[in-house]
Amino acid sequence: MTAPSSDSQPAAATPVPEAPHAAGTKKRLGIGAWLCMGWLGLMIVIAVIGPWLGLDTSSNFELKGQPPFWNGHILGGDGLGRDLFNQIILATRASIFVSFSAIIIGTVVGGFLGLISGYFRNRFAGALGSVFDILLAYPPIVLALTLVSVFASDPSGSGFQREMVVIISLAIVSVPILARITRANTLVWADREFVHAAEAMGASKWRILFREILPNVVPAMLAFSMLGIAVAIVAEAALSVLAVGLKADTPSWGNIISTGRDDLASSPNIVFSAVAVLFLTVLSLNYLGDVIRAHFDVKEAAL
Amino acid sequence: MRKLVTRLGRLVLVVIVVTFLTQLLTEFVPGSLDQILAPFSTPAQTKAIRADLHLDDNVVVRYGRWLGDFVQGDLGKRYTGAQSSIPVGPEVRRALPVSLEIMVWAQLVALVIAIPLGVVAAYRQGRWLDRIISSSAFAFLALPSFCLALILSYYLGAQLKLFPSVVTRIPGWSEGIWTHLKVLVIPVISLALGQAAVYLRLLRSDLLSTLQQDFIAVAKAKGLTPRRILWRHALRPSSLTLLTVVGLQTGALIGGAIVVEVIFGIPGMGTLIQYAITKRQYIELQSEVAIVAIVFVVVNFAADYLYSVLDPRIRT
Amino acid sequence: MTTTTPEAAVPNPPGSTPLLEVRDLVTHFRSPRGLVQAVNGVSFSLQRGRTLGIVGESGSGKSVLSRSIMGLNPRSTSIRSGQVVFEGRDISDLDDSAFRELWGKQMSMVFQDPMTSLNPVMRVGRQITESLRHHLDMDRDQAKQTAIELLRAVRIPEPERRLRAYPHEMSGGMRQRVVIAIALACGPKLLMADEPTTALDVTVQAQVLDLLDEQRRDRFMGMILVTHDLGVVANHADEIAVMYAGRIVEKAPTSVLFHHMKMPYTQALLRAIPRIEMPSHTRLDAIGGRPPDLVNPPAGCAFSPRCPYAQERCFVDAPALQVDPADPSHSFACHFPLESPDQVPPAKPMEVA
Ligand SMILES: Nc1ncnc2c1ncn2[C@@H]1O[C@H](COP(=O)(O)OP(=O)(O)O)[C@@H](O)[C@H]1O
Ligand SMILES: [Mg+2]
Repeated sequence: MTAPSSDSQPAAATPVPEAPHAAGTKKRLGIGAWLCMGWLGLMIVIAVIGPWLGLDTSSNFELKGQPPFWNGHILGGDGLGRDLFNQIILATRASIFVSFSAIIIGTVVGGFLGLISGYFRNRFAGALGSVFDILLAYPPIVLALTLVSVFASDPSGSGFQREMVVIISLAIVSVPILARITRANTLVWADREFVHAAEAMGASKWRILFREILPNVVPAMLAFSMLGIAVAIVAEAALSVLAVGLKADTPSWGNIISTGRDDLASSPNIVFSAVAVLFLTVLSLNYLGDVIRAHFDVKEAAL
Repeated sequence: MRKLVTRLGRLVLVVIVVTFLTQLLTEFVPGSLDQILAPFSTPAQTKAIRADLHLDDNVVVRYGRWLGDFVQGDLGKRYTGAQSSIPVGPEVRRALPVSLEIMVWAQLVALVIAIPLGVVAAYRQGRWLDRIISSSAFAFLALPSFCLALILSYYLGAQLKLFPSVVTRIPGWSEGIWTHLKVLVIPVISLALGQAAVYLRLLRSDLLSTLQQDFIAVAKAKGLTPRRILWRHALRPSSLTLLTVVGLQTGALIGGAIVVEVIFGIPGMGTLIQYAITKRQYIELQSEVAIVAIVFVVVNFAADYLYSVLDPRIRT
Repeated sequence: MTTTTPEAAVPNPPGSTPLLEVRDLVTHFRSPRGLVQAVNGVSFSLQRGRTLGIVGESGSGKSVLSRSIMGLNPRSTSIRSGQVVFEGRDISDLDDSAFRELWGKQMSMVFQDPMTSLNPVMRVGRQITESLRHHLDMDRDQAKQTAIELLRAVRIPEPERRLRAYPHEMSGGMRQRVVIAIALACGPKLLMADEPTTALDVTVQAQVLDLLDEQRRDRFMGMILVTHDLGVVANHADEIAVMYAGRIVEKAPTSVLFHHMKMPYTQALLRAIPRIEMPSHTRLDAIGGRPPDLVNPPAGCAFSPRCPYAQERCFVDAPALQVDPADPSHSFACHFPLESPDQVPPAKPMEVA
């Protein structure tokens, strides 16, 4: 969605006002969905425990740029002579933390704004709608770049500060997109009979919004958050390649790709290993997003 | 006609808001802009810069001045030292055509790949050919263009030496068509495959629903060949949906192009923008962001407009 | 059940083969719910220049039958048996490429909904001329002239100008005329019209039916007129076949059918004819009860659960289509036909909404 590259754009289509009721758990999950969940689970576990494993990160001149399986190092060595496998394990934390945090913030804020602008038909809601439209006219990567460069303008900041900057920037970019999707889905559900019935019974608007509409909009939000996380992972890597992402000494998939570029011709295993992990993670997220959409019959909202 | 005017008005408004937003953002940069743009300048030089850039005026006034200059083609200065600066305009004028050419090629290649494969996949829905095409497309969605660029530049560039993996200069057309195009092959393909995957999936699903329509049954009952039904009857309405998405996808394409340009060192807008950011040239950045936003907005506008011209149902 | 088929009820003019002969045609669909038994052993024959009306409430398999005759059902999910003989040639086992020689040229079809039967982004003229150019190898001008004549034949005013119109610029009635023009373009011998007027305003319905009649006469085509409205076929068909649950349950020349109706189901259809004052889309579920489930059809006579005259035998023993001893042109599938001495009067009067 906030793609700095061509990835994961949901097809544009107008929401059909006949979205069937989120029919639940009858359909079984296929093996693909389980594999994807397994991979993502593995990544999350690695992200959480990776830094506590006490992995060897020492540089060893002989290991520098060595191919996979060299002397028992499964993936070989990186450009600084560290064990590449360990580096990728350690990098998982930043990549997963940054992308999940950004999209969780984006989903909460964007979802809330989308719900409001989709349900309340007042001037504020209308204005919000136009704001989203204008923000969407900003090419997402350019917005992200500008935000990062503005917020991260203090070169002496710590690695953690920089992570926060990237998270906030990506969250801001994702807000209008997730808001717009939530809004489109809210519009569909706000016109349903049970909502009118609740209104006629005098339930408060906020109550209706959170009790009647929100639960029905959640699958769509969830599905698009999955895609959003995938895009945020790619965006983190892209920012690193542009040398404006996480600090170069913070291990992340993007930083491994970015620094590995220098040794691409001699040791392609550095870039390729990180690309492979990133690819599998993005693939899993995309797949699960699709599964959720199919499972709950989410209509692809206009983007 | 009136619709066209209101659309154009909206377009201008969007560009103004986007650039004003960029200006506002640079206000948040900690530290004073004169120091950031030209560090290590003497107090006298600082004063000259502040006066030159009218840094003591408020944001709105400064935005107005920037906008006035921008409209007249003056894109501001890049400070290369305390006293030296070069105008950004000529830089952009050199870089923009490069980026546009890459993006146009990428879109064309993407469509050339996506349309036939999408049609075939829809026609053979559920068969092995469709499965292969659809799952490859799904995989390509998960492979960012800059990753693909690195993979291709390793295999096609470093290993096979078919194409250069660094492109700091783009030979002109006059140096021979192939000499010119050769350097663009890897960047364009890297950008095109991801786009193609998006288009292919969209086209396939749109075609599948079109193929369920009654008018397709009518065409079949006329005795037309499947090929004619697909290309003449089904693709037409579906290609209109595709058109809108081509416009929307330009945002993603711009993002990919910026990173891919930087990877190959291509002297385009992406490389300029990255330079402006890393050297913290915010005035330059603002003008370049404005240019990119204009390109994006104009492309979407054009796609919308084209749609309204091509779709007889909304054409008036 | 096996249906014993009476020989073609309409006496053929001696020495001529019928245009279309359908023998024991069966069409089932594989579906997630099971086998949908949409058409179960239908037989009839049709002469050139004559109209067969096929009547039945919605879901009785009329559309599947007409598509099956034309070979238009999806091949991957359908199972077919029986014979379709067109001009003496068995076309039941043709593949699509062989059928393409027949479609449009020898047999064509008018579909129910003119709003969706035309390609919305293609000019009307193009949609007519493409089959002319494809089948008859006409050049541009010839095709255009022919299209103008066709539009004139289907009574579309200003045909030259209409050629350049898009479907959405026309009314429903006009569009259906265009659809008919497309069907007539290559001079087919057999015209299938599947509920050609169901989607139209009542006032336009009669005009379109008259138009079809006239064209059938002028072009000496055989026509199959499918409808759920017995009123439609009353004035426009030479012979009527009543369908229920994928079977023909009564068949007779039109006047015979209306005067000596044998089937309780036909009677119910007659009572359900929409009145002028009713909205044109009034459904035929005006008959009490629901049409049978074609995946698990009821044992015995398929209509028995809804039949006011049903007796014990009807629930176990499916009646075969039999020829009326008094009139060889009339056949029906009922154990206790109307006006027969065995019939017990209904316990409750038949519900007609
Ligand atoms: N392609 C198909 N696959 C499965 N079932 C079908 C298909 N086409 C029609 N049917 C089923 O066949 C039955 C008869 O349908 P149809 O011939 O359309 O009835 P009608 O008499 O209203 O024209 C219906 O129950 C319908 O659901
Ligand atoms: Mg039907």
